[in-house]
Amino acid sequence: MTNTTPLLSVRDLHVSFKTNDGIVKAVDGVSFDVANGQTMGIVGESGSGKSVMVSAIMRLNFGTDVIVSGQILLNGIDLLALPESEMRQVRGRDIAMIFQDPLSALNPFYTVGYQVAEAYLVHHPKTSKAQVEAIVLNALDKVGIPDARKRMKSYPHEFSGGMRQRIVIAMALINQPKLLIADEPTTALDVTVQAQILELIDSLREENNSAVMLITHDLGVVAETIQQVMVMYAGRTAEYATVQDLFDTPSHPYTQGLLRAVRSFDQSTRGSLVSISGTPPSLINLPEACAFRPRCSQEMGPQSACATQRPELRTIGASQSACHLSADEVSRVQREAFSK
Amino acid sequence: MTPILEVRDVKKYFPSGSSRVLQRPTGQVKAVDGVSLSLQKGKTLGVVGESGCGKSTLARVLTRLIEPSSGSIFLEGEDVTRISGSELRRMRRDIQIIFQDPYSSLNPRHSVGEIIATPLRIQKTVAKSEEVGRVKELMHLVGLNPEHFNRYPHEFSGGQRQRVGIARSLALNPKVIVADEPVSALDVSIQSQILNLMQDLQTKLQVAFVFIAHDLSVVRHIADDVAVMYLGKIVELGPANIVYGHPTHPYTKALMSAVPVANPVSGRKIGRIVLTGDVPSPIDPPSGCRFRTRCWKAQDICASNEPELLDRGDGRVSACHFPELEA
Amino acid sequence: MLIFIARRLLFALALLFAVSAFTYVIFAALPSDPAALTCGKNCRPEVIATNRVRLGYDKPIVVQYGQFLNGIFKGRSYGVSEGVHCPAPSLGYSFRKHQCVTDLITRSLPVTASVALGAFVLWMLIGVGLGTMAALKRGRWPDRLATGFSVVGISLPTFFVGLLAIMVFVIWTGLLPFPRYEGITSNPAKWFMSLILPWFTLAIVSASSYVRLTRNGILEVMNEEFVRLGLAKGLRRRTLIIKYVMRAALLPIVTIAGLDFAALLGGAVITESVFNLPGMGKLSIMAVNDSDLPILVATTLVAAVFIVIANAFVDILYGFLDPRVRLN
Repeated sequence: MTNTTPLLSVRDLHVSFKTNDGIVKAVDGVSFDVANGQTMGIVGESGSGKSVMVSAIMRLNFGTDVIVSGQILLNGIDLLALPESEMRQVRGRDIAMIFQDPLSALNPFYTVGYQVAEAYLVHHPKTSKAQVEAIVLNALDKVGIPDARKRMKSYPHEFSGGMRQRIVIAMALINQPKLLIADEPTTALDVTVQAQILELIDSLREENNSAVMLITHDLGVVAETIQQVMVMYAGRTAEYATVQDLFDTPSHPYTQGLLRAVRSFDQSTRGSLVSISGTPPSLINLPEACAFRPRCSQEMGPQSACATQRPELRTIGASQSACHLSADEVSRVQREAFSK
Repeated sequence: MTPILEVRDVKKYFPSGSSRVLQRPTGQVKAVDGVSLSLQKGKTLGVVGESGCGKSTLARVLTRLIEPSSGSIFLEGEDVTRISGSELRRMRRDIQIIFQDPYSSLNPRHSVGEIIATPLRIQKTVAKSEEVGRVKELMHLVGLNPEHFNRYPHEFSGGQRQRVGIARSLALNPKVIVADEPVSALDVSIQSQILNLMQDLQTKLQVAFVFIAHDLSVVRHIADDVAVMYLGKIVELGPANIVYGHPTHPYTKALMSAVPVANPVSGRKIGRIVLTGDVPSPIDPPSGCRFRTRCWKAQDICASNEPELLDRGDGRVSACHFPELEA
Repeated sequence: MLIFIARRLLFALALLFAVSAFTYVIFAALPSDPAALTCGKNCRPEVIATNRVRLGYDKPIVVQYGQFLNGIFKGRSYGVSEGVHCPAPSLGYSFRKHQCVTDLITRSLPVTASVALGAFVLWMLIGVGLGTMAALKRGRWPDRLATGFSVVGISLPTFFVGLLAIMVFVIWTGLLPFPRYEGITSNPAKWFMSLILPWFTLAIVSASSYVRLTRNGILEVMNEEFVRLGLAKGLRRRTLIIKYVMRAALLPIVTIAGLDFAALLGGAVITESVFNLPGMGKLSIMAVNDSDLPILVATTLVAAVFIVIANAFVDILYGFLDPRVRLN
C-alpha cells in the first residue's frame, strides 16, 4: 500500500429506503476520499443525507428495507462486501463514532466506566480487569473528566451535556481508530461548550494521527478545524473543495446562498437577512435534473440543462461543483458577491 | 410611555428532588431568580442564554402559562400577575407564545386551518361564517398558500410549520408575542426566512416580540434591546447595538466570541475566549457572582459579594465587579 | 436506597389502612341491612333487632370499623349467647355460611393463587416470547403471526376461549378430563391436570396485550441512539439485543405485569366460573348473589392488599433496575 491511497474512499454510494409513498433516495451517488490524519467535513442541512451516509459507512442499519450500493473502501477493503462478523471488527476498532446527543447515545442503565470498558473489551477480550480499569481511567483523564476514578461509577444522567460528550469521545478513541466519524458532535451542546469539544477532538486527532470525518449543518463549525469539505444537498454532492476555496470562491449556487445567509447573521448591521427561498425537496421520486433548481437564483429556465439533466460533479474554478452554469458565469457571481 | 409589557423582580422556583408523596423536596431550582424587564410597543426584546439560564421558564411566566413564585407582571401598566378566570382569558388575547419545535407543537390530527382557527374559536372573536376567511388571511400574511388550509402538519416542512405557529399566534391580534427559540430547530437557510417574516410582521402589525434564543447571532438582527441571562439572572441588558458593539460582562463577551464565524481566516481562534467547564447546576448555583466559576477575571470578592446590575452610562446595565469598560 | 425502600413500605402501609377504611365505609353505606340477612326470609323484626345489637351493627360506623380492625389483629367473637370465635386475623363472620370469613378465604386463595401463578408464567412466556420474536423479525411472517395472535386474543372474551377449550379438549377429543379442582398437596398430578385449561385460557387472553407491548417496546428501543452507539462500538447483535434492548424494553412491562398479577390474585372471576374453580372470584360472586356483606368486604380488601403490595414491590424493583429512579 502506498501513501497516496486514501484511508477511506467512498465511490458512487447510493442509499435508499422503501416507504409506503415510494423509494426515498437518501444518498444518491456520492464519492469522496478521506486521507490519513486529515479532517474532512461534510456539510448539509436536514434531509441532505449526511447522517444516513454515516450509518451506511458503519453499516448500522438494523432494518432490512435499506438498499445500499457502491463501494466504501477502508484501506482498499470494501466494507460493503465484508461479512457481518468482520464488519463488527471494523466498528469501534478501525472506525469509531461520536453522536449528536450524548445523553441519548449513552446507555442509561450502565455506569460510564462500564460502557467505556465495554468499548475496549469488545476488541480486546482477554484483558485483565486491572488493566482495563487503568486504560479506562487513562481515557477518561485524557478527555478531561475530573476525578475520573470516582466518576467512573456514575451513570450518564449524573453528568452535564459537555461531560457526556467527553465520555462518548473517550469511548470512541479508546481503541485508537484510524477514522473518527463525528456526526454533529456539538449541535446538542451549549455554545460555550461547543468550542471546548471541537478543540478536544482536534487535539486528540493530532495525538493519535487519526482521520476525522466531521458531519455538520453549521458552516461556522467547518471553518474551525477542517481542511476538505463536501457540501451535500438532497442526497447528492453539491460542491467539494478545500475550506479556503469554499469560503473564498464558492462555486455552487447552494453553497453561495448558504454562505451569504450565514454571513448576514454575522454582520453587525440590523436589517433584512439573506435567505434561500423555498424548502428542501422531498427525497421521494427526485427528478433526474438538478435537485436545487426550484430554489436556485441562477436557474437558467425550464428548457435549459438545469431542468432536464442531472449536473455531474466537475471542476469549476478551485472547486468540484455539480452545476450547469458556465465557469465564466460562476466567477462573475463570485466576483460580485464574494470578493474581499 | 407605559411599556406594553413589564416584569419586576420575577422569580420562579421549582421544587427539586422528588415529587413523590411523603418525600419532602430536597431543594429548589431557582430557574428565574429576580428578573426585571420592560418592552415597548412594536419593539423586540431579545433574551439570550445557554441551557439552564431560565429563559424558557421566563417565557412561560411572561405568558402566565406558569405562575411566578414572586414578582409582578404588567401588561400595558395593568398588573396581571394574579388575575384568573375571564380576566386571564382576556389577557391571553393580548399575549401569545410561539414554541421552539414546529414538529411537536402542532396537533398532527388537526388541519392547519383548524390549528390556526383554534384561538378564534376559544375566544369567540370572529363569527363562525368569517372564520375561514380570517384563517386564509392569516395564512397569506405569513407566506403560506391559503388554499392549503385543509392540509395536515405532516405535509409541511419545518419552516412552513413554524409559519403555521406564527399564524396561530397572530390570530387574535396580540400586542405581544413571546417567541421561545422559534428558529433553533430550523435549517440555516430557513432560519433567515422566518426571521425576515417576523420583522415584516412587526412593521405591519406593530406587535412587540420577546425573542428567546441561545444564539446571540440570531437575536442580533431582530432585537432592539437584548438581555443576557446566566443561571436565572440577567447579567447584561441594554440596547442591542450597544451590547453587541461592546459587551461589558465577561459572560456576554465569551458568548459572543464562542459563536463560530463562517470564515476560516478571521474565524480561526483569533481572540477566542474558550470557557472552561459546563454551566453549573441551577439547584446549587455558586455563591456571589454565579459566573465566577467559569470567569477568567474572578477574584475573592466575586465569591463573597453578588454583583448588582449597574448602569454603565450608556443605557445598558451589567452585573460584574470587573466589567470590561471602554478605555 | 434503604431509605427509599423504607419510605415506600411506610407509604404502602398507610395506603392499606386508608383502603381498608374506605372499603368498610362504602359497604356500610349500602342500602341493604346486614342484620336482616342474618336469619332466613321469614324473619321476625325482633330477631333482626336483637341480631343488630349482637353484631354491633347498631353502633356508629367508626366503632364498627374499630371492631373490624380489632378482629384482624386480635380475633373476635361473633354473636352473644352461643358466640362463635374467629381467631386472628379475623375478617368477619358469614352468617349465611356460618363460617369465619378468614377460613373461607384461606380455602379459596390457594386455588386462585394456583390459577394465577401458572397463568402468569405462561402468559409472560407467550407474550414476551412472541413479542420479542415479532420485533426481531419485523415485517416477516413470524411478526404477522404474532400480531395476528394478539389481535385475535384481544378480541376474544375469556368465557368464549374457556368454553371453546372445554369443547375441544374435553368434550370432542377427550384429551383432558373435565377440570375438577384438586389441592396441590392432596394430589399434585390431578392438581396440574385440572389447571391446564384454565391456565391456557387466561394466558392466551392476557398474553395478547403483552405481545403488542413487548413488540412495540423493543422496536422503540432499537431505534434509540444508545443502541446504535453500542453497534458502532462493535458489540454483537445478540449481546446488544439482550444487554441493551431487552433490558430497556422490559422495564415498563415489569410494572404492568406486577399489577396484572396482583389483580389476578383478587380472583379471576370469569375463568373460575367457567372451570368451576372454588377460588376468590367464585367466592366473591357467591357473596354478591347472597348479599353476604362480610365476605364481600373481606374479598375486596384482600384484592386491594395485593394491589398495594404489588405496587410497592414494583416501585422498589424499578429502583433496582433503573439507576435514574434510584438516585432521585
